[in-house]
Amino acid sequence: MLARLISRFRSVFRGRNAVILVPMLWLFVLSAVPLLIVLNFSFSEMEIASVASIWKWADDALTIKINLGNYLYFGQDPLYFDTYLSSLKFAAITTLWCLALGYPFAYFMARAQAHLRPMLVMLVMLPFWTSFLLRIYAWKTLLVSNGLVNQLLMALGVIHTPLQMMNTPFSLTIGMVYAYLPFMILPLYANLVKLDVRLLEAAADLGASPWKTFWLITVPLSKRGIIAGSMLVFIPAVGEYVIPELLGGPDTLMIGRVLWDEFFSNNDWPMASAVTIVMILLILLPITIFNKYNAESKSEEQA
Amino acid sequence: MKSPFSKRLAVVLAAAVVTAGLASSAWADKEKVLNIYNWSDYIAPDTIANFEKETGIKVRYDNFDSNEILHAKLVAGQTGYDIVVPSSQWAKIQIQGGLLQKLDKSKLPNWKNLDPSLLTQLSKVDPGNQYLVDWLWGYTTVGINVDKVKAALGGMPMPDNAWELVFNPKYMAKLKSCGVSFLDSPSEILPAALHYLGKPPYSQNVADYNAAYNVLKPIRPYVTLFSSSGYINDMANGSICVALGWSGDINIARRRAIANKSGQNIEALVPKNGGLAFFDTMAIPVDAPHPENALMFINYILRPEVDASLTNTVFYANPNKASLKYVTPVVANNKTIFLSPEDQKKLVIPDAVNNDVRRVMTRLYTRFKTGV
Repeated sequence: MLARLISRFRSVFRGRNAVILVPMLWLFVLSAVPLLIVLNFSFSEMEIASVASIWKWADDALTIKINLGNYLYFGQDPLYFDTYLSSLKFAAITTLWCLALGYPFAYFMARAQAHLRPMLVMLVMLPFWTSFLLRIYAWKTLLVSNGLVNQLLMALGVIHTPLQMMNTPFSLTIGMVYAYLPFMILPLYANLVKLDVRLLEAAADLGASPWKTFWLITVPLSKRGIIAGSMLVFIPAVGEYVIPELLGGPDTLMIGRVLWDEFFSNNDWPMASAVTIVMILLILLPITIFNKYNAESKSEEQA
Repeated sequence: MKSPFSKRLAVVLAAAVVTAGLASSAWADKEKVLNIYNWSDYIAPDTIANFEKETGIKVRYDNFDSNEILHAKLVAGQTGYDIVVPSSQWAKIQIQGGLLQKLDKSKLPNWKNLDPSLLTQLSKVDPGNQYLVDWLWGYTTVGINVDKVKAALGGMPMPDNAWELVFNPKYMAKLKSCGVSFLDSPSEILPAALHYLGKPPYSQNVADYNAAYNVLKPIRPYVTLFSSSGYINDMANGSICVALGWSGDINIARRRAIANKSGQNIEALVPKNGGLAFFDTMAIPVDAPHPENALMFINYILRPEVDASLTNTVFYANPNKASLKYVTPVVANNKTIFLSPEDQKKLVIPDAVNNDVRRVMTRLYTRFKTGV
């Protein structure tokens, strides 16, 4: 019996499995464990300068004290709900703008001559060579009331008093779209470049206008690129902290700021953890539903 | 099939863990290194260089700009810093939470230079003065651009109490035209509003804070900027005319305006019922890797010349009685830096508030700022 168990154990940890084990372990240590710690914190309470442990070992008995107060608090204060909503709104706006600007750009790149494409990809990546923080600060100098944009518009006589652009939803959206645009362009490009041009020729031969061809052939075929790009933009945009801090105004409420307040101003790590867990669930839920729907429609296609 | 790769990897990983553990514990004591975490723009240009030259200790000097950041680091532990400079009301919580270590005063011969009255005030948060040594101190108050405020107020006379300027909508409505800046922190604005109301500024009573919010709400439309550091420049170049800010910063704005010949006449006011004092204090974290070097540095700072050079640079008063004769006359005679005995008596000494009150403060401040 024991020998069989050992041999079974061995066969599991051999060969292919052993190779898979390393990345799996890596994922577990760097992604699952921190998440579990955060989950553990979210059921706890703050002491003077430490997080109370929910596990207690006394008199040969393990007691687990799960405090749901942090989660119940969400219902008592509309701040959290309003902030989640506003974060999702800004993330959605950012994603739509990125898609609207990124799609033509990716299309252009994919249709460019083959020897030019690496250079175009390079150009998209170029901003990453400068610090992210510096690039956001640059927008600040452009958008302030005595900044470049206002000076130019006033010199041209378009406006007479400087526009209030900084610290508004406008400046926030510009900064977010600017920062996340490459994450939309690159997956779209990777998808569009593989598009079979013969399909477009066939559509043209059969009398479809270029406009119709685009909507009936190109867009449906690039669906996966659109989804990948949108996810890459939407998910980090929801939790974005730096851009709203630098470019947003006092009325552009984002969940990153609320998290900062919980963690630093309130020194309440358990509450901050609860805010994070709810945020993850909020983002995860639509994605899982979407993936499930996507997988079903795919299997239907095959059937 | 055996898998030599994963085996080798395990060996390498184990070796790395062991080496890292050994390195951190054995070397720390003998290292001639000192890691300091202090507020930004809060030191003289030659302070660190002179200390390094004299002792041969290499100093790494990092900056923060809010107590919240420092506190979170200390709570997380293993900061690697040997000296941190929390404000006293935060240090109180850190002492209670066991995050700081007691000072070995036998290594601090210059302790004798400290102003006894200041030590008494600090003993409110640090009984027996066992953990904290004041770095510099100042107070939260109102700073104005004298000419612009006069012009904005029109025929209205200046209020008797400087807090009226920033908390009374009657004045704020007029001042909006020339720009009003508030410090961007609940722990600065709410105590000031409570003090203006005549309630205890560090009250543990939630109802008091709701009353303070009712003072803040009507003036929100008139606050044009929330800033805890940028307002210095905005004051100096005249783009704001009133600031709820820190005394030394307002004096820095004043000096910059004079140096740039911008023609702005900046002045820090001393409110009739007192400003809100703050003491930024040197402390050694409980897990500091080089506590001996930290004590050497604290003793060095407490030399009269060194403390005086700090005050001469950043316009905050130091706790060092013996340093006064080294402070330049312009600074020493500035009654908003070294307060008169009457004004000093009226200063409100800061205290810590409990976690529930802090949550209420943050929440009310968010509502004040965003309207949500």
